[in-house]
This record gives sequence, structure tokens and C-alpha cells, in this order.
Amino acid sequence: MSEQRESLVHVRDLRKSYGDFEAVRGIDLDVWKGEAFGFLGPNGAGKSSTMRMIGAVSPASGGTLRILGLDPATDGPSIRARLGVCPQDDTLDTELTVRENLTIYGRYFGLSRAECRLRADELLEFVALTEKAKVKVDELSGGMKRRLTIARSLVSKPDLLLLDEPTTGLDPQARHLLWDKLFRLKQAGVTLIITTHYMDEAEQLCDRLVVMDGGLIAAEGSPAELIRDYSTREVTELRFGPDVMLADHDALAGKVEDLAQRIEVLPDRLLLYTDDGERAVAAVHERGLQPAAVLVRRSTLEDVFLRLTGRTLVD
Amino acid sequence: MALAVENGRRMFDYWLTVYKRTWKGTMISSFLLPMLYLAAMGIGLGSFVDSNGTGALGGVSYLQFIAPGLLASTAMQIAVGESTYPVMSGLKWQKFYHSMIATPLRPADVVYGQLAFIAFRVLSSCAVFLVIITLFGGLRSPLGVLGLPVALLVGMAVAGPIAAYATTLENDSGFAMIFRFGVVPAFLFSGAFFPVSQLPNWIEWLAYVSPLWHAVDLSRNLSFGTVNPWLALVNVVYLLAWFIAGTWLAVRGFTRKLIR
Repeated sequence: MSEQRESLVHVRDLRKSYGDFEAVRGIDLDVWKGEAFGFLGPNGAGKSSTMRMIGAVSPASGGTLRILGLDPATDGPSIRARLGVCPQDDTLDTELTVRENLTIYGRYFGLSRAECRLRADELLEFVALTEKAKVKVDELSGGMKRRLTIARSLVSKPDLLLLDEPTTGLDPQARHLLWDKLFRLKQAGVTLIITTHYMDEAEQLCDRLVVMDGGLIAAEGSPAELIRDYSTREVTELRFGPDVMLADHDALAGKVEDLAQRIEVLPDRLLLYTDDGERAVAAVHERGLQPAAVLVRRSTLEDVFLRLTGRTLVD
Repeated sequence: MALAVENGRRMFDYWLTVYKRTWKGTMISSFLLPMLYLAAMGIGLGSFVDSNGTGALGGVSYLQFIAPGLLASTAMQIAVGESTYPVMSGLKWQKFYHSMIATPLRPADVVYGQLAFIAFRVLSSCAVFLVIITLFGGLRSPLGVLGLPVALLVGMAVAGPIAAYATTLENDSGFAMIFRFGVVPAFLFSGAFFPVSQLPNWIEWLAYVSPLWHAVDLSRNLSFGTVNPWLALVNVVYLLAWFIAGTWLAVRGFTRKLIR
């Protein structure tokens, strides 16, 4: 992190409370110009609250927040004029056509009607919805609505694009198409801030990310750094078949725990976190254990995520 | 102020675009219903009332008596309609207000744009209705056309408070209250169909509190050419006070809901 880079979002000890509930409990971060920055975390981690504060529609309860060098408490409209926001729920106007949704939104930014029409056509091309221009939003599929919402967030040519769970609820084809569009935006120099709980999405898109949990930042770094710091290079998964109970797994884990840096016992399998998965497999066999199935894979952000935020379900 | 006007204008564009799609439906409620009232009450009931002589109404036909009041009532009903369900939709159903404030627009701009559109709806519908009234001979003097700005005033007087109320609701069941205990009684008892002096004393006072009575009274006095400047001033100031207080409440309500 070199300090000469321009910080588009500067956050120190940022807090947000709703009544007695503290959603964000003091976080520090910088988002640099041109990067794709991710917020990962389970539901209720404080991602969306943070995004709303960065979007200058939710006043901070404490701490310092500068967006594009400005203070949202006093310069909200000037900040929002340079942001693009793709909210978690589609807030499209379902009674209007696809194209009208874009032209109207451009008007909110004070663009002339002619300029709005021009940009609407460009953006429809960009998100591959030109053929649907005159269709009512009601008739679009979920993936098309997300693409339209992203197109809408770009109508003001923003310096900073905020995407709150952009691909939640989409099928794989739609997700990959969206990733492709977001990647092209990043190449065009748009700074992206993304919240997601899809690890593959974070690995695909983010240069740098933070893992949030319980309103705090649990870890920060590039996907590779996080895997290096919070997991091992590889993971060996051992399955002993459906007849082996959890208690037996605990016993089996005791027999192999020295073979890995960390072991996790799950109902159906053992996870051995190690830098050399194949060597661990060989050692397991040497000890006379006969797992029914063995898988050696690279560590992913999902391993990091589960280690940092736990496997307990958050509702 | 200039910023608020510019921003309100940007929002007004939204409502016009929506209206281009929905105006046919609103035709029925805005023109047809008051037309039916005008025909049934003014001409049907009116011929019955007038056959007993027009002395009780001060020598005017029943049609001429109710036409200015119907105009003001129509304005009120359009304004209430446009500040209930559309506001709920913007906040909760379609959530388009939330996407508006993600732009340079502020909650106050959203309110101003909404009110500007309601003003447009009230003015355009009432202008057409006024033409119809005139064709039926419902106006007694040319001053009666000033019923149009009065209609606008009463529309604005009720739109703000009701939009503010709409922001406090979790679902639309609260609107039934507005119509049952607000709009319908006001419509019937604010002097549009008979002088409120016919009412029991305490209801008569309730009528004086309602913004609609002030609009009906002013509109009728304009049509009859019987304007008392001081009373007219009270009417206008009272309606303006509702408008200003209501707008302030609406801005506060929108801000509470949208900026959290």
C-alpha cells in the first residue's frame, strides 16, 4: 500500500448504530483509485451498513469517513453525483420500460434529456439489453434486471461504483456475464467496491478485500495474501464413508493431527490443512488408515472465510 | 432554493414519464366521477330541489350551488390519492425513492418533485372539470374560474400532511382510515352539497377546521361574486398554513425513512 495512491474512500474508526444495536463497531480502511475492493462477511457482519455510509445515504454514528476527499455529512449531494450505486434489491421502476429506467435516472443527475438518451443506448449495448429497450421491466428475468440495475448505476459515469451483492440469486450464466462486465469496467479505470458472500466472486473480481464479522474487520489483504495468512496452500479432504460417526471422526482426527497444521472435523469428512496435500495422503495411508475417498485441493477464500467467521449459521 | 427547484424539476420528469403510462386509468377517477356527481346531484337532485324554489340557496340553482364545491372536492380527492399509495410504493413496494436518494437528490427534493406532480395532476384534472362545469352553466360569474387556483391550494394543503402520514405506515391498511374518516366525511360535510350551518353546532365547527370547507367556501363565493376580502384572506391563509406545515412534515417523514 503506497501512500502516494489516491484514497477514494478513507475510513477510520467508523461506527454505525441503530438504537442499541451496533452494526459497525469501528473499522479502518482505504480504497485506492482504480482497484476493485471487496467486503466479505456473513449476513449481519455490517457490510451493507458500511456500504450505505459510503454511498452517502446513511450518516455515520462515529469515526472519520471521507469519500472522494469529501465529508458525506456536509457534501452528500456532491459525493453522490460521482457515485454509481447498485443496491442489493433491484429498485427499478417496474412500470417503466428498460430504456426509460435509464433516461429517468440520468435526469436525477441533472443530465440533459438528449444526453440521457445517448447514454441509455450506449449502456443498453454494454449490458446486452438493446433488444429489450422498449420492454417493461416487469417482463425481464432476474439476470436482466441485475444487468439493468448495473447499467443504471453507470448512467452518471461514476468515479466509484458500489455494488451490494451484485450476483446474489443469479444463475451461473448470468453471474459470469456480469463478472465479465464488471471486469471490463475495472479495466476502463472505474474503482469498484463490492460486497459479496460468494468467495469465487471475490477471488474473480477483487484486488483486495476485507473480511467483516460482527461489525469489525477480521482480516484484510489480497485473495492470495489472505489464503497465505489464514489458511495453508492445500487442503486434504478425507472421507471415511457413511458408516463412520462423528465420534469416530474425532478419534481418527487424533491419529492424523500431527500431519497437518490444522485439522477440522466435519460430520462427513476430515479437513487437513497442509502445504503438501499429497504427502499428507501418503502419511495417512502409511498409518494404516483407509479413507473411502481422498481429495487434495488448493485452499480457497472459502477456507479463509470459514476459519475467520466460523461455521455457525448466522441469521 | 434554486437548487430545490432544479432538483424538484428532475424528479417531476419521473412522474410525468410514469403518468404517460397511467393517465388513461386516472381519467376515470379524475373526470368521470365528478362528472357523475355533477349530473346526478346537480341535474337530477337539482331539478327536484329547484322545483321547490331556489330561495333556500339564495336564488341560485342547485347545480350552481354545488359546482364550486365539487371542483374543490375533486382536487382534494386527487391529491389524497396521489399522496397515499404512490408514496407507499416509493418507500416500500417498488422502493424507487431509495434509488432517487442514491443520486444527488435529497429527500426534500423527492418531496418537492412529488408535490409538483400532484399540483400538475390537480390543475390538469380540475381545469378540464371546470370547462365541463362552465358548459353546464355551473358558474354564476366569470370570477368562478378562480376556483381553479383554489382547487390547487386545497390539493396542496392536504397532499403534504397525508404524504407525511404515509411515511409512518408499515402497510397500506392505514389508508382506509384516511378515506373513511377523512376524505368521505370531508366530502359530504364540508359544505359542497348544503350549507354547513344546517349541521349540528359541533359538526359545523369540525367543518370549519377542515381545509376543504375553506376551499368550498372561497370557491363558491368567487362563483357567486360574493367574496368578502377578509374572509377570503382567512381561507387562503388557512390553506397555505396547511400546505406549509404539511410540506415540512413530509420532508421530515421522508428524511426519517430514507436516511438511516
